[in-house]
Amino acid sequence: MTAVPTPGVNALDIARSVRAGDRLAVDVVDEHLAAIAERDGEIHAFNLVMADEARQAALAIDRRVAAGEDPGPLTGVPVALKDNLCTAGIPTTCSSRILEGWRPPYDATVVERLRAAGAIVVGKTNLDEFAMGSSTENSAFGPTRNPHDTSRVPGGSSGGSAAAVAARFAPLALGSDTGGSIRQPAALCGVVGAKPTYGRVSRYGLVAFASSLDQIGPFARTVGDAAALFEAIGGHDPCDATSIPRPVPAVSAALDRGVAGLRVGLVSELLDAEGIEPDVAARVRQAAEALEQAGAKVDDVSVPAVIYGLSAYYLIAPAEASSNLARYDGVRFGLRVEAPTTGEMYDRTRTAGFGAEVKRRIMLGTYALSAGYYDAFYGKAQRVRTLILRDFQAAYERVDVLLAPTSPSTAFPLGAKTSDPLTMYLNDVCTIPSNLSGDPAVSVPFGTGDDGLPVGVQVLAPALGEEVMFRVAAALEPAVPAV
Amino acid sequence: MAKITRDEVVHVARLARLELTADEVETFTDQLAKVLDHAADVEALDVGDVPPTAHPYPLANVLRPDELRPSLDRQAVLDGAPVAEQGQFRVPPVLGEAP
Repeated sequence: MTAVPTPGVNALDIARSVRAGDRLAVDVVDEHLAAIAERDGEIHAFNLVMADEARQAALAIDRRVAAGEDPGPLTGVPVALKDNLCTAGIPTTCSSRILEGWRPPYDATVVERLRAAGAIVVGKTNLDEFAMGSSTENSAFGPTRNPHDTSRVPGGSSGGSAAAVAARFAPLALGSDTGGSIRQPAALCGVVGAKPTYGRVSRYGLVAFASSLDQIGPFARTVGDAAALFEAIGGHDPCDATSIPRPVPAVSAALDRGVAGLRVGLVSELLDAEGIEPDVAARVRQAAEALEQAGAKVDDVSVPAVIYGLSAYYLIAPAEASSNLARYDGVRFGLRVEAPTTGEMYDRTRTAGFGAEVKRRIMLGTYALSAGYYDAFYGKAQRVRTLILRDFQAAYERVDVLLAPTSPSTAFPLGAKTSDPLTMYLNDVCTIPSNLSGDPAVSVPFGTGDDGLPVGVQVLAPALGEEVMFRVAAALEPAVPAV
Repeated sequence: MAKITRDEVVHVARLARLELTADEVETFTDQLAKVLDHAADVEALDVGDVPPTAHPYPLANVLRPDELRPSLDRQAVLDGAPVAEQGQFRVPPVLGEAP
């Protein structure tokens, strides 16, 4: 047995040692639980730490290994779950008062797949309420703080998952990404975060926000770990009608193939977009140079319609959210505020249960879908979505992958953007286009900004292009500038 | 496009089944106007000949075999409800009279 504590050790190394019998899963879990107990009071990455369940699961894994079984590629690896992923019998809140105390009757498909791969769920992580936000400040249970500087936000909406991985509470975490909610917090917390192709990972058991945009994806500290987690959760699921009926590519096997001969495009519009800080743009250009030195051919590429992405997104996503969130009415789940009639009960429950940002988006979406405005707003945004898809397709005729910033800036102070919703929305300008097009994209940590905080570089690939996406991400890893 | 008005905000809140205080109506009118102003670039585009995209990876007619299979346990589902009775979700009177 080795004495090196496992918090900070990569997932694949933990799995290797537990599978080999060199470490016990229960020790791995205990060490991570100790790390959480020591520092999560300050960070607040978790809404719920599942200490007993995690220890029981670890003991079961250890019994299987002792009996000569192989529990799977993620044997004994602690994983944190965004608290909008359903866990049977375990509270799933979406960081909303309206679901406080609700215990789902089933596990999300990704949770079943994690267990089937030998991974151990250690807790449910904080998020912006119903995944609506870019800072995790919209949680009904208080904000999460950035482990690199606790006066700053971790990004959002999957800020708890990103912070948990950055703070070494778990080597892996799952999040959901509707407009950047995996990639932006990954960038701000200095970890890897990927949004796979729309439909690649089953959303059965993911609480819906905007159904034509939502996608589940991995967080990890290395590209290799993120790729392994993607392989474990991906693939067709008959329980999700939008799930792509194709096997998940063996992305891990391709990670070391390098980028020689690949064509890489720098997205001009996103490097020059509103509010992109010069130090962030400089890191993206530096990443492009690193790929060039590794044998790739780099060019500037124009994807003109992405400049309409933010506007289109903030019509489409709230519209779909207003419809999806109609189900929270005090009848079937969570909160009910009693009233003399059912209609008043709906009103009082929703008014008491939803926070300000969720109400704002429901209002915006209801307006965009209402009679007289549907064509001008929702209908038009869907047509603009087609323009964005077409421009990406045209770009991918010239290049294999695209590079862009993930977030316009490094982590900002808590409270800096809460008073003006539009300022907060602008954080998503570089990540939204991939949700509208449905294409995969990953944020890779690439040095720091002038303030010493992590910067993420985004690698975008065409639909179903996770293999080349992770390959380019892996090629960036050894080139990361020294801090 | 005309600016969103207070009356429209009140109307939309009723459609969305949200009760807003006078202050909230004020704030939301202001904030929604800002977001809709930003969306003016989309609104101004001439895209009449561009088909809409509702779904980025279209799959048509996703069906499964019409076979019986186990579903969620009824009691497990009802356990998540605020009030359940006789195997059903219980709600206050819908038409105003006592049950």
